[in-house]
Amino acid sequence: MSESRGLLKSHIVKKYWMAFTGLFLILFLTGHLAGNLQLFMSGYAGQLQFNEYAVFMTTNPAVKLLSYVTYLSIIFHAIDGMMISIANKKARPISYAYSRPEKNSIWSSRNMGVLGTIILVYIVVHMQNFWYVYKFGSTPFMMNEAGNAPLLQDGTAVAGGLIENGSVFLNGENVGVAMKDLHTIVVDGFTNPILVGFYVLAMIALGFHLVHGFSSAFQSLGLNHPKYNPIIRKVGYAYAIVVPAIFALIPVYMFFM
Amino acid sequence: MAAEKGMNITLKVWRQKNGQSKGALETYQINDVSPDSSFLEMMDALNDQIIMKDGSPVVFDHDCREGICGSCSMYINGQPHGPARLVTTCQLHMREFKDGETIYVEPFRAKAFPVIKDLVVDRSALDRIQHAGGYISVNTSGNTQDANAIPIEKEKADKAFDAATCIGCGACVAACKNASASLFMSAKISQYALLPQGQVEAKNRVLAMVKQAEEEGFGPCSNTGACEIECPKGISLENIARMNREYLSASLTSK
Ligand code: HEM
Ligand code: SF4
Ligand code: FES
Repeated sequence: MSESRGLLKSHIVKKYWMAFTGLFLILFLTGHLAGNLQLFMSGYAGQLQFNEYAVFMTTNPAVKLLSYVTYLSIIFHAIDGMMISIANKKARPISYAYSRPEKNSIWSSRNMGVLGTIILVYIVVHMQNFWYVYKFGSTPFMMNEAGNAPLLQDGTAVAGGLIENGSVFLNGENVGVAMKDLHTIVVDGFTNPILVGFYVLAMIALGFHLVHGFSSAFQSLGLNHPKYNPIIRKVGYAYAIVVPAIFALIPVYMFFM
Repeated sequence: MAAEKGMNITLKVWRQKNGQSKGALETYQINDVSPDSSFLEMMDALNDQIIMKDGSPVVFDHDCREGICGSCSMYINGQPHGPARLVTTCQLHMREFKDGETIYVEPFRAKAFPVIKDLVVDRSALDRIQHAGGYISVNTSGNTQDANAIPIEKEKADKAFDAATCIGCGACVAACKNASASLFMSAKISQYALLPQGQVEAKNRVLAMVKQAEEEGFGPCSNTGACEIECPKGISLENIARMNREYLSASLTSK
């Protein structure tokens, strides 16, 4: 007799996927943060560095592959999370008149769906702000430091070059793809205090999501051992505080600079 | 003795005629309660008081009154079995409360635990989970093997014993925001998974019990840990992780 029910059918399997995609997204966040640290560099050197990084992130095939896995993970994690949240609600159709859940569990653990939804809204806004504008919007282009020659994607300045349809033309001849100036879009974006506030709020939600999520993922995958539990908990708390805090610091820093 | 230290308590008790009717909280005043009485003794006194006034007594489950049968399910002041740790309602004493306090008493709430009357819920869903796989098949035809003939690591035997102390009270379900039966199930799975005698049926056990729990309408586990804190027997979350491991290997290798 077989009781197996496929890869999404049981609650426990849904939780394996939740944990697996969640941990992958934690890895992604680490890399994303490392890249964003370049935004703390000032002056033309910082601008150039960041825009070269943006070219690398959008053209390198390995990064492209990883980015598709990331999109899939987010979508899968969100849909799976919603299915789990619906099942959670269904399991107790009549709630208690008087309940003291704070006596036995942390707030984050009981509000993962709400926190996740805030993060999802944030991701959509964030993608529109930068990813969409960078790919499809009308972006400024990167010039050399003197401001008189456009740069190609590999960083070479084309004196006398003209930009048309995203490419640099010299004497009517297409000499390559122009480097877009994402840095200026970011700087301009974060002059808006409402946007800065929203980014900070979303990072607070992310922090609370991970205060529970980090260690929870290990438990979901069956990794619970008295020897390792304390370290998982400590690393989880540290990650949940430090990573969103630095992420949040970037728009705040740029707003005041 | 009781007279000088008697407590005055306001109770808000869930009253519901039957599974079809809509219930509501009702307020009762009970005075001169001994702090040393158990919660169930206080409920008995309340019922005496109600009967004296020709009312219908509050129906609640109880049997052993010593914390071993698991029947005394009540959600007291927002927590299953009340505010004290590692006790059932029958082991809860009135000294845990303050004189003049208002105490809410509700049935355990879960889709899988329909209310029968007042505070009594039908917890047979837990029995059906157990029936789905929480057993080992042993030949009892007269030449039964001595269980002690098989050497078992002390630490594993202890953990299996700890898991086996689950009394099936359902407090884990009542405490869980998802009304998940994971702690109960994982205890019942672990008590066998840890022992050699449990290996024969191990794969099917975990698959069948998990499936049954879902069919009964218990929710998924969010690892909030509320169950472990509220469990009167201190069943550890380690058991849920073990169940998750067992389930993973069973689903990867089953046909
Ligand atoms: C980069 C962003 C995110 C990261 C790093 C992340 C990470 C995690 C982790 C590690 C867990 C624990 C998994 C487990 O308990 O096994 C989790 C749980 C959860 N996440 Fe996310 N998450 C992110 C975004 C989202 C989004 C966008 C949603 C959308 C709705 C969401 C909804 C949930 C829910 C509902 C749970 C709890 C599931 C449960 O109750 O067991 N998360 N997340
Ligand atoms: S695990 Fe604890 S709370 Fe749950 S049924 Fe068993 S004894 Fe009761
Ligand atoms: S009446 Fe048996 S455990 Fe409380």
